[in-house]
Amino acid sequence: MEAGELRQDAVDPSATAYSKVASLWLRGQGVLIALILVFLFGAWRYGDKFTSSFNIWSMLKNNTYFALIALGMTFVIMTAGIDLSVGAVVALSAVTAARLSPHGLWVALAAAIGIGLLVGAINGGLIAVFKVQPFITTLAMLLAARGAALNLSHNASVSVDYASNYKELWKTEIGPVPLPVAIVIVAYILGSITLNLTRFGRHILAIGGNEEAARLAGLPIDRTLFFVYLLSGGLAGLAGALLAAQGNTGSPIAAVGWELTAIAAVVVGGTLLTGGRGSVWTTLVGVVLLGLIFNELNFERGKGIFDLTQYWEEVIRGLFLLIVIILQARLTSTARVTRTM
Amino acid sequence: MASTTPRFTSGSLSLPDLVRKSSQTQRALFALILLSIYNALATTNFLTLATLRVNLTQVATIVIVAVGMTYVIGSGGIDLSVGALMAISGALAPQIFDSQRALLRSEWIGIPLAIVIPILVAGAFGYFNGYLITKFKIQPIIATLVLFLGGRGIAKALSNGNLVEFNKPHFDYLGTGRPFGIPVQVILMIVIVIVAAWALRSTTFGRYVLAIGGNERAAELAGVPVTRVKRQIYVLSGLLAGLAGLIVVAINTSNDPYQVGQDMELDAIAAVAVGGTPFTGGRATVVGTLIGAFFIHQVRYTLISHGVADGTTRMVIAGAILVAVLLQRPKAGWR
Repeated sequence: MEAGELRQDAVDPSATAYSKVASLWLRGQGVLIALILVFLFGAWRYGDKFTSSFNIWSMLKNNTYFALIALGMTFVIMTAGIDLSVGAVVALSAVTAARLSPHGLWVALAAAIGIGLLVGAINGGLIAVFKVQPFITTLAMLLAARGAALNLSHNASVSVDYASNYKELWKTEIGPVPLPVAIVIVAYILGSITLNLTRFGRHILAIGGNEEAARLAGLPIDRTLFFVYLLSGGLAGLAGALLAAQGNTGSPIAAVGWELTAIAAVVVGGTLLTGGRGSVWTTLVGVVLLGLIFNELNFERGKGIFDLTQYWEEVIRGLFLLIVIILQARLTSTARVTRTM
Repeated sequence: MASTTPRFTSGSLSLPDLVRKSSQTQRALFALILLSIYNALATTNFLTLATLRVNLTQVATIVIVAVGMTYVIGSGGIDLSVGALMAISGALAPQIFDSQRALLRSEWIGIPLAIVIPILVAGAFGYFNGYLITKFKIQPIIATLVLFLGGRGIAKALSNGNLVEFNKPHFDYLGTGRPFGIPVQVILMIVIVIVAAWALRSTTFGRYVLAIGGNERAAELAGVPVTRVKRQIYVLSGLLAGLAGLIVVAINTSNDPYQVGQDMELDAIAAVAVGGTPFTGGRATVVGTLIGAFFIHQVRYTLISHGVADGTTRMVIAGAILVAVLLQRPKAGWR
C-alpha cells in the first residue's frame, strides 16, 4: 500500500478558512455566553450577596493563581505540548517565597519566580534540546519539583514571616482592584500582545499547527519551545508567590492536580489540544467561568436545599469538563484524530 | 576458517556500543540487577524472605495497573483515570456489605459480589473512557482527565469521605492470603503479566493494539476494528485498576477514598516508560513494564531504607525516569 493513499484529500485552505474562523468565533463567544448565563443565574438565584462587589472581587482574587498557570498552559498547549509540572512548581515556589519572606517582599517574590523559571528552563531544555516528549518530561518534573518542595520545607508547611511586608502582595488594592487581579490583567494583556503581535507568538502558532512544516520553513523551533516552557514555569512561580501571600504559608503539598484544572480551563476556553490555534482571552473566560460555577456551588450549599457534600464538587467538575469537551468535539467538525500528546 | 567477523572483536564491545545496541528493557533489567546487588551488599535485611515478600506485595498493585497502561500506551493512548478507578472500586466493596439485604450479608454470596461488582464497575468506567475517545474523537489525555477529576469525587461521595473499616477475613484474603507462602496478589500479578505478555504477542487482539498504536489510519484501512479494540483496551485498563483497588482495600482492611490509588497513574506511567514501551505507540513490552515497576519500586525502597528524605527520593525517581527516556530516544546513546 502506498503511503500517499492513506492521506485524506487535501482541502483548499481558503475554502475552509471562513468556516474555521466562524467556528473559532462561535466557540470563543460560546464560553463568554456561558459565563454571562451562569452569572445571570447566580444573580437571580442568590441575589445581592452573590452580585456584591465583595463576592465578585474575592472570587476573582481566589482564581488568580489558576489564571496565571492557565495562561502559561495556553501557550504550551498552542505548541501542541503539555506542562504537567505547574502544580508542583506552585508548591515549590510558595515554599521558597515563605522561606525567604524575612528578607522582604521583593527578594521572596523574585526567588519564587526564579525557581519557577529554573524548572521551566529544565523542562524547556529537555524538550527542545534533547527532544524528550513534553508529557513525560513534565511528568518527571512534577515529581522532582514536589520532591524539592518537600526538601526545602522539611516536610512541613512554612509560615510567612510575621513581621514581613510579604502579605502586601495579596492585600494591596489599586483603587477597587486587588493587586493579584491587576497582576493577572497585566499578564494577560502582555500574553495577548505576545501571541498576536510578536514573531515569537506567530512561531508558537506555527509550531502547533505543523511542527515539521515550521521546521522546514526555517523557524527557530527549539528556541521557541524553550521559551514557552520557561514562560509556563515562570508564571507558575508567580502563582505560587500569590498562593503563599494568600495563606501566609508555603505548603509542599499544596496545589496538587492544579495542572489539570489549568488544562480544563484552557480546554473550556476553546483552545484546541492539538495546537496551532487558540486565544489567551478565552482561557481567562474559562478560568472565570469555572470559578463562578464553584462560587455558586458554595452559595447553593449555603441554601441547604440540596444535600451537596463537597465531594460532589469534584464530580461536578468532571461532569462540566465532560460536557465542554463533547460540545467542543461536536462544534469542531475539523477535529482531527491525533496522537495522544 | 579465519574468524574475521568484526562483530566479535573486543574493540566493538565498548560500553557506549553496549548501551547503544541494548534495548531499553535490557538496560532497565541491568539497572535493576545492579541495584539488587548493591542492596544485597549494603542494605541490612535485604536478602530476607520477609523483605522480599513485603516488596513484592507493594509492587504487585503497581504492576497490575501498569500492565493495563502498557496496552493503552502501546495503542498510542494514555489513561489518567486509573487511580480514581481504584478508589471507586475500593469504595464500592464495603458498600455491598453495608446494604442491609440479608442475601448480601451472607459471605458466600456477598464476598464474590464484593469482588466482582467493583471490578465490573471499574471496567464500565473504562468503557466510558473508550467511548469518549472513539465516539467523539477526544484525545485520551483529555477524555480520561474527566474521570481523573471526577472519579475520586464519586469514591468520596460513596463513602461520604470517611475511612470505612472493612474487615471480612474472606475478602481480605485478596491482600493478606498466602497460599504456598506466596502472597495472593503476587500470584495474581504473575498470572496477569504472563497472560498479558502472551496476548500482546500472540493473539489477534494484541496485534490489533500495536497496529492501532503504530498507525491508526493504516490499521483502519487494513480492516482492524479500531473502535471496538480501543474500547476494549480502556475496559481492560479499568478492570485491572478495579482489581488493584480491591487489593489495596484488602491489605488495609479499610477503605480510605483519599488514599486508595493516589498517584497510581504516575507510578504506572513511569513503570511503562522505564520498561521500554515508547509513548508514540506501536511497540509495547509487558515484561519490560514489570521490570520498570520493580526498578522504580526498588529505587524507592533503597532510598527509604537508607533514611533518605522523601523529597530527595522523589527527585531521584524523576531523574531515573528522565534518564530512561533519554536513552530511549530514536537516536539514543551517548553522543
